[in-house]
Amino acid sequence: MMDTIAGLQLGFSHALTLTNLGWALLGCFLGTAIGVLPGIGPALTIALLLPITFQVEATGAFILFCGVFYGAMYGGSTTSILLNTPGESGSIITALEGAKMARNGRAGPALATAAIGSFVAGTIGTLGISFLGPVVVDLALRLGPAEYFSLMVLCFVTVSAVLGGSALRGLTSLFFGLLLGLVGIDLQTGQPRMTLGVPELLDGVNVVLVAVALFAVGETLYMAWRHTDAKAQVRKVGSIMMSRSDWKRSIGPWFRGSLLGFPFGVMPAGGTEMPTMLSYYAERKLVKPEHAGEFGTTGAIEGVAGPEAANNAAAAGILVPMLTLGLPTSATAAIMLSAFQSYGINPGPLLFEQQGALVWTLIASLYIANIMLVVLNLPLVGLWARILKIPQPQLYAGILVFATIGTYGISNSVTDLVLLYVIGIIGMFMRRFDFPTAPVVIGMILGPMAEQAMRQALTISEGDWTTFATRPVSLAILLLALAALVGPRLYGRFAGAR
Amino acid sequence: MIRRGTGPDLAVGGFVLLLGLLALWQTSIIPVSPIYAQVGPKAVPYVVSAGLLALGAGLAATALRGGWSHRLEEVREAPPTNWRALGMLLAGLAANLVLIGPLGFSIAASAQFVLVAAAFGSRRLPRDLVLAVVLTLLAWFLFVELLGVNIGAGVLEGLVLRALGRDVME
Repeated sequence: MMDTIAGLQLGFSHALTLTNLGWALLGCFLGTAIGVLPGIGPALTIALLLPITFQVEATGAFILFCGVFYGAMYGGSTTSILLNTPGESGSIITALEGAKMARNGRAGPALATAAIGSFVAGTIGTLGISFLGPVVVDLALRLGPAEYFSLMVLCFVTVSAVLGGSALRGLTSLFFGLLLGLVGIDLQTGQPRMTLGVPELLDGVNVVLVAVALFAVGETLYMAWRHTDAKAQVRKVGSIMMSRSDWKRSIGPWFRGSLLGFPFGVMPAGGTEMPTMLSYYAERKLVKPEHAGEFGTTGAIEGVAGPEAANNAAAAGILVPMLTLGLPTSATAAIMLSAFQSYGINPGPLLFEQQGALVWTLIASLYIANIMLVVLNLPLVGLWARILKIPQPQLYAGILVFATIGTYGISNSVTDLVLLYVIGIIGMFMRRFDFPTAPVVIGMILGPMAEQAMRQALTISEGDWTTFATRPVSLAILLLALAALVGPRLYGRFAGAR
Repeated sequence: MIRRGTGPDLAVGGFVLLLGLLALWQTSIIPVSPIYAQVGPKAVPYVVSAGLLALGAGLAATALRGGWSHRLEEVREAPPTNWRALGMLLAGLAANLVLIGPLGFSIAASAQFVLVAAAFGSRRLPRDLVLAVVLTLLAWFLFVELLGVNIGAGVLEGLVLRALGRDVME
């Protein structure tokens, strides 16, 4: 408690400098823009910005990245509401009611409730990070390599097998990522692995390349595959003023959505789909009878306010395991983790001790980013709506320009571009056959860390594999992972048999 | 009788199996380490290879039982494959790959831009070309000057740098 307040004081004193405010503003602006643009997300953007880690000191870079991360959450709702095309997975539910409101000329209030709801949720989420972070760190400091390895296994299972359409396909994505993570020189013994004899692969597969391949090249290829000349219609924004009744109907969903979303983000399950969906169903149940008819017809404001808050709170929650345990549970968090690595910083419980100023400045800048974002989003909503009018051909052509330069810049190598296109084509088929892409990136980043933790644990136990099962905390985590893997299936069979 | 949707899904399972076999072969040729380690460099690669093989088999089995992708809403409602768009996009990627070495980033990426825009139905070639050159040069300067990425100056970048009165490193 005291730690938190002292930490925040320190953090704000660093975050409120002109340079750091500038990074936050830049991040928020960029994040909102890419959140609005369909086809680009925060993971891709941060991946392309990674070279900045060689130029700028860590604090500035992470303030920028977090601004992008939060900004994309705000921007995503604009696309869902005005275009009825969710920019990212957390906005799918927002599109349900939001697009209906827009069709009935109420786009303005829908955008306003989404922005203010995002602010409420972002602030509650950031408060959650501030107070929960140190607690988790205290617990995490007691974990050894064996427990860490088990925790990573749990993380693997939840991000790939629990979320999404199918455990089989999620795990396949994860193992593809693990395979990519293995490529290169083994750090412990210096042996080359999985390089196919290609000298360029000795350094491993670059995470920027994989992120760009899956999120930019694969996505663009898929869009071309399914291209039709039909044009989506961008709805007019109109007045963003919310009426008295809009406010009254939004406040409850904002807070309920925030409280629902944050725990989901914190748990290693990650993901924003589940809390947004739950929030939607909750609001649909709790709505006053006189407004119940608006759900699914003219669009109910509760159905935008709740899920949008849940989405942002969950996004904030994802930062808790990332900062305190070094466990990324979303693609964006995985890319941020690799940014930490490029500074030689290892996120995890020691981060709060060794890099206290950095962590608290980051957290303080999240509060600031939230304020900036609500200001950027309400009055400037017309500007963001205009970004949506960038025609599709030039948008995708532009995305590929940045994909090319981001990849070619790694080492000026045509081999990298070939690899980019090969993984991009795999990404296109993954999209077609409903394989999730986030587990690939998470597996690639977390895989080598898990291997290292496993080898450390086995060195400590002198090669005794039972160490993972005899240490009680490790066993408990592994059992949890097993339950997460087979639990839903057993339940399904049981429910089906009845 | 082969049910609808089995074929493509089976191919996916086969691809994952092949990937698993590739991983297994690559693992088997990892040299034995001269440095003593409790767990050698081969252990985890074997686990990953085995995992891919098992998952590939699982996917293939699912495919033989009718597959999964024909049940996806997105696949059912998808428009037919747009070979023209996909072909032009791939041509754009290929053009970039061929040109980037000899001519540099801006020209290669501009060629790619024009082809990709055309793939998505743009019919205004001259305007796209102007847009492409401006955007790629902007991107190049942004990455090289601001982000400090080292991308050699190609033909077009060299011309602009000389026009600005700067030295060009080849």
